[in-house]
Amino acid sequence: MKFSESWLRTLVDTKLSSEELSHLLTMAGLEVEGLEPVAPQFNDVVVAQVLEVVKHPDADRLNVCKVDTGRGEPTTIVCGAPNVAVGLRVPCALPGAKLPGDFVIKIAKVRGIESSGMLCSAKELGIAEEASGLMILPPDAPVGQSIRQYLDLDDNEFELKLTPNRADCLSLNGVAREVAAIAGARAKFIDVPEVAATIVDQRAVVLDAPAACPLYFGRVLKGVNAKAPTPEWMKRRLERSAIRSISALVDVTNYVMLELGQPLHAFDNTKLEGAVHARMAKPEEKLLLLNEQTINIDADILVIADEVKPLAMAGIMGGEESGITLETSELFLESAFFAPKAIAGRARRYGFGSDASHRFERGVDFGGAKRAIERATQLIIDVCGGAAGPVTEAKAEMPARKPVRLRTARACAVIGMTFSPEQIAGLFNGLALSFVREGDDFLVTPPTWRFDIEIEEDLIEEIARLHGYDNIPAPAPRGNLKMMVQPEAQRPAARVRQLLVDRGYQEVVNFAFVEEAWEADFAAKTAEADLIRLANPIASQMAVMRSTLFGGLISNLVTNLKRKQNRVRLFETGRSFARDVAATPVPGFVQSWKLSGLAYGGALPEGWGSASRKVDFFDVKGDLEALLASTQLRFEKLVHPALHPGRAARVLLDGREIGCLGELHPEWVQKYDLPQAPVVFELDFDAVKAAQVPVFSEVSKFPPVIRDLAIVVDQEVALQTLLDGLKEQVSGLVQDIQLFDVYVGKGVPENKKSLAFRIVMQDTQRTLQDSEVDAAMQQLVSCFEQAFGAQLRA
Amino acid sequence: MDNLDQIVSEAQAAFAAISDPDALEQVKARFLGKSGQITELLKGLGKLPPEEKKTAGAAINVAKTAVETALNERREAIRKAALEARLAEEALDVTLPGRAEARGGLHPVTRTLERIEALFRSIGFEVADGPEIEEDFFNFTAMNTPEDHPARSMHDTFYLQNPDGTVADKVLLRTHTSPIQARYMKAHVERYGQLEKMPEIRIIAPGRVYRVDSDATHSPMFNQVEGLWVGDGVSFADLKGVIADFLKSFFETDDLVVRFRPSFFPFTEPSAEIDVAFMSGALKGRWLEIAGCGMVHPDVLRIAGIDPEKYTGFAFGFGQDRLTMLRYGVNDLRLFFEGDLRFLRQFA
Repeated sequence: MKFSESWLRTLVDTKLSSEELSHLLTMAGLEVEGLEPVAPQFNDVVVAQVLEVVKHPDADRLNVCKVDTGRGEPTTIVCGAPNVAVGLRVPCALPGAKLPGDFVIKIAKVRGIESSGMLCSAKELGIAEEASGLMILPPDAPVGQSIRQYLDLDDNEFELKLTPNRADCLSLNGVAREVAAIAGARAKFIDVPEVAATIVDQRAVVLDAPAACPLYFGRVLKGVNAKAPTPEWMKRRLERSAIRSISALVDVTNYVMLELGQPLHAFDNTKLEGAVHARMAKPEEKLLLLNEQTINIDADILVIADEVKPLAMAGIMGGEESGITLETSELFLESAFFAPKAIAGRARRYGFGSDASHRFERGVDFGGAKRAIERATQLIIDVCGGAAGPVTEAKAEMPARKPVRLRTARACAVIGMTFSPEQIAGLFNGLALSFVREGDDFLVTPPTWRFDIEIEEDLIEEIARLHGYDNIPAPAPRGNLKMMVQPEAQRPAARVRQLLVDRGYQEVVNFAFVEEAWEADFAAKTAEADLIRLANPIASQMAVMRSTLFGGLISNLVTNLKRKQNRVRLFETGRSFARDVAATPVPGFVQSWKLSGLAYGGALPEGWGSASRKVDFFDVKGDLEALLASTQLRFEKLVHPALHPGRAARVLLDGREIGCLGELHPEWVQKYDLPQAPVVFELDFDAVKAAQVPVFSEVSKFPPVIRDLAIVVDQEVALQTLLDGLKEQVSGLVQDIQLFDVYVGKGVPENKKSLAFRIVMQDTQRTLQDSEVDAAMQQLVSCFEQAFGAQLRA
Repeated sequence: MDNLDQIVSEAQAAFAAISDPDALEQVKARFLGKSGQITELLKGLGKLPPEEKKTAGAAINVAKTAVETALNERREAIRKAALEARLAEEALDVTLPGRAEARGGLHPVTRTLERIEALFRSIGFEVADGPEIEEDFFNFTAMNTPEDHPARSMHDTFYLQNPDGTVADKVLLRTHTSPIQARYMKAHVERYGQLEKMPEIRIIAPGRVYRVDSDATHSPMFNQVEGLWVGDGVSFADLKGVIADFLKSFFETDDLVVRFRPSFFPFTEPSAEIDVAFMSGALKGRWLEIAGCGMVHPDVLRIAGIDPEKYTGFAFGFGQDRLTMLRYGVNDLRLFFEGDLRFLRQFA
C-alpha cells in the first residue's frame, strides 16, 4: 500500500515529522517499507511564462528568451531546449537556485548574451528519469509560484507492508484512522454528502447469492464525458500511490478505492440487459476479462451478471465487453460488499490478482459502501459532467458482528504485565472500538471495517500493540528445571559431523530437489512410480526429490574441480526421499536422514613429506571404520547403480544394512567428466549415531602369546569369509586375528594370494603353555586347509 | 722422575692430538697397555730396592692417574664432539609443514545451528525434528491457516506430483518449520494429556524449508529454526526475555538492540517480527528483520488438544541462514548452497 504523505495529512491532524510518523506506523504493525521524497531537494524554481523566443545570433541550437517569472520586468534566458515556444508555462530556475546534483544557477554569459536563469526539464528537477525538452506546465499554472508548491513536491511517498489481517488500512481513510489512534491525533474524514438524483434511470439489482454478496449499491449516470481529462491533483495522488492514470472514469473509481477503501466498478450501462444479478457462476460460463484473458468460470465464483450473460468476476475483475471505454457516456456504477470467503483464493487460482480482489478477500468496510458510491458519483460529475439517477440498494443479511469478550486478567496473563481496566478502556476508545463493561470484562463489538476481531486474543493483541511492544518488559526466562534425556547409546549429530571434519571432510548443503538424470544415474530410478516429482518446480534441474545425496556431491565435485580444487572431501547430512505407502509420519513418503560423503584426489594433501597416492576404497573404508567404531561392522560385496561393481560394498552394522561405500561407476566418471573416480558413501544417519554403552570385561594379568601365520588361498576367497569360517572353529584362547599382509606375485601361484595373520592368544587366568598354543595354531591351520583349501605358506 | 713427568706430558699431548675414539684406545695402549710405558715402569718396580720401591711406586701411580685422567677427559671430549656432530647432522627444518590429513569444516549454517542448539539447551530446550514432505494439514490447517486463507499467499508452496501426473493435494514441501510444533504438541498430549498437569513443552526445531522463490536474497530451499514454549503462565513478556537473551548470547554482545514489531501470522497472536540493530560494525544502526514470533494462537493449541485456558505458550521462527549471514558477515545467501570449497573452508 503506497500513498502520498500530504494526502494522508489532509485526513489526519498531526504534528509528527515524516520520520516520526513512519516509526510510529511501523511500531504499530503497519510496517513502513519505503519513505521516499517525491522530488529531490532544490529551491528557487518558479512557474514562468515564455514571452519571446529569438534565435541566438552566435549559436544555432540556442534561443534567447524573454521570460515572465512573476518578478516584475521580464528576464532574459538563453535556452537550448528544442521545445521552447512563446506562450508556454515552464519551470524556471532563478539565479541562486540550487538544482539536484548541487547544480547552482548563476547569471552568466552564454555565447556573449547574459542569461539570468534556466528553463528546466523534469529530469533537471529530478522528478523524471528522462526528458526530451522543457517540462510543459498547464496553461493555468500561476506564473511566479514556486514549482514545489505548485506541483506539491514537498511530499513523500509512504509504502506500507500490510499484513493480511489489516485490510482496514488499505485506504487513506483507514491509515488516517490508525494514525489518529496511535498518535492520539484527530482524524478529519472527508465529508460525503448524498448526490441527489437528477434523472430517474435506475437498474434493478438482485442478490441471488446473499451469503457471498449481501450488499449492493448501483447507480446509473448519463451524459458523462469519458474523454474529460483527469484533474492534475487526482492524477498526482494516484501516481504517488503507484496507480497509473488511465482515463477520468477509471481514475475516479481508483481514487475512491484509495481514499475510502471501497473497490468500485463501472459498467457501460448500454451493454447491460435487464436487472443486475450477483450470483454464482453457472456451468460452462465463460468470460473475457479486462486483462484480455478468457476464463471458464468455476462454479464457486461469484459473478455479476445481467439477465443474459455474466459481466464480471465479482470483486475480482470486470469483463471486457461490459467495460467502460472513452466512448462511454452512460454508466452503471457498482459499490458492493463481497464476503471474503467468496473471493479468497479465486484470483490466485486463475493466476492473477487485482487491487479489488486484494481488498475483498481480506475484508472491505461494508459500512462504507454507500458513502463510496456517493463520493464517486460526485467526482464523476465534477470531472466528466453528467447526471445521476437514484441509488439502488439491495441488501441481505450482513456479516454478524458478534461482541467479543475480553477479560482484563487474561490480557495481563498473556501479555505478561499489569493493565488496569481503565487503561484498556482508554486504548479501546482510541481505536473507536465500542464496548460494554461487565466488571473487569469488556464486551467489544467489532466495527464494520475490522475483520480481524473475532476472539479474545485479537483484542489482547490490540492492547499490546497500542500499549507498544517496546513497553512490555523482557524478564529473564523462568521455568521448571528438569534434566534432559541424554541417551549414552546415541551420539549427538554434532559429534558425528565433527568426526568427519577431523578426518578432512568439508560439510556441504545441497538442494533436496535435483535433476531427474541424477536419480536415473545414481539410484536407477526412472519409472514414474519411483520418482517424486514437484508439481511446480522452479527449474528443470530442480524437479525431483532426491533419493540419494550422491548427485549433489558429484555436482559439488565438478564445480570445485573447475575451480582448481584438486583434492576434495565432502559430506552432507540431509534427508533422502522415496515413495512408500507404509511410511510414517507422512504416509506415502519415506524421508530418512542420510550421511553421505565423497573423497577425491590425493590420499593425503600433497606435500613434501609423503609420497603422493590417489585416495582409494580402503582410505574411505578406514574413515567409515573410524566413524562407526563398532565391532559389529561388516562390509559385503554389493551391486549398486552408482558404484563400480567390483569396488562397492554394503555396510552392515549389527547385521543390519545401513548404507553403501564404493568407487563411482566408470560410466558416471566418464559422463560427469571426472579425471579420476571419486569414492563415495551413503549411510543412514540415525544408524551412524548409534553408540555402545561400554561393558567391562576382565583384563588379563598374564602375557599374551603372539604367533604369525601365512597362508595361500584362492584369490576370490574374501577375507571376511575366512574370518567368519574361523569364528566357529577356533580355540577360545585366540583373542584376536590381525591381517598384516596381503601378497600377490612372485612366489605365490597364479590366482592365489598370500595372507599373513598375527594371532594373539591369551587366558585371563593363567600363563599359556607352549603345547596349548601349538595346538590352537594347528587347529587354525587345519581349519584354513579344510574349509578354504588354504595351504600354509612356506 | 723427570722421565715420569715426560711420560705424562707425552701422553697428554698424544691424547690431545687424537679425535677418533678407536685411535685413542690404541694410543692408550702405548702408556697403559700390557707393555705400555707406565705398565713397564710398574713392572720395573720389582727390581728396585725395597726402600726406593715405595716412593718410586707412589710416583708412578701419580703419573698413571694423571695419564688416566687425561685419557678419560679426552674420551669424554671426543664423545661430546661426536654427539654434537650427530645432533648437528640430525637437525631438521622445523618450519616444514607437518605431515597430516587436512582438516575439513562444518557448513557455516551447521556451525550456527550447533550454537543455537547449545544456547537453547542451556535453558532447557530440547531439539525436535519433523518431516520435510509435510501434510497440508500440519503445514497449514493445524497452523490455523485454512484453505483460501490470504496468509497462504504469503507462502509460495511447492507441491508434489502423483505418478499419474496429477497434483498431490494432501502433501507439500513444508514452507516453514512450524508444523513441527503441531506434531510435537500432538505427541506431547498423547503422552501426558491424562495428567493433571502436563510437563512444559520447550523445544527448538531446526530444519530445511521450501518456497517457490529464487533471487539474491531468496533461495528455494533455506533453513529455519522454530522454537516453542508451552506451559502454565507463559507470556509475551517471557518471549521477549528469551529472545533478548538468545540474541545477546548468540552474537556475544550487549551492543545490540532488539525490537518487537506487531505483525501477523495465522498461528500466533499477538504476533511480532523481531528486528535487531547493532550499535557498531558494518551494519551499525540498521534494523534487520530476523524472526517472526508470537503467542501460540488458541486455535493452534486447541487443534493439538491443549486447553488454551490452562496453558499458554509462545513460538518463534528464526531465519537460520540470516543469523549465519549476520554472525559471519556473509553477503549472499546463495553461497551457502553452492558447495564452493573456497567459501566453505573459511568456516573450518
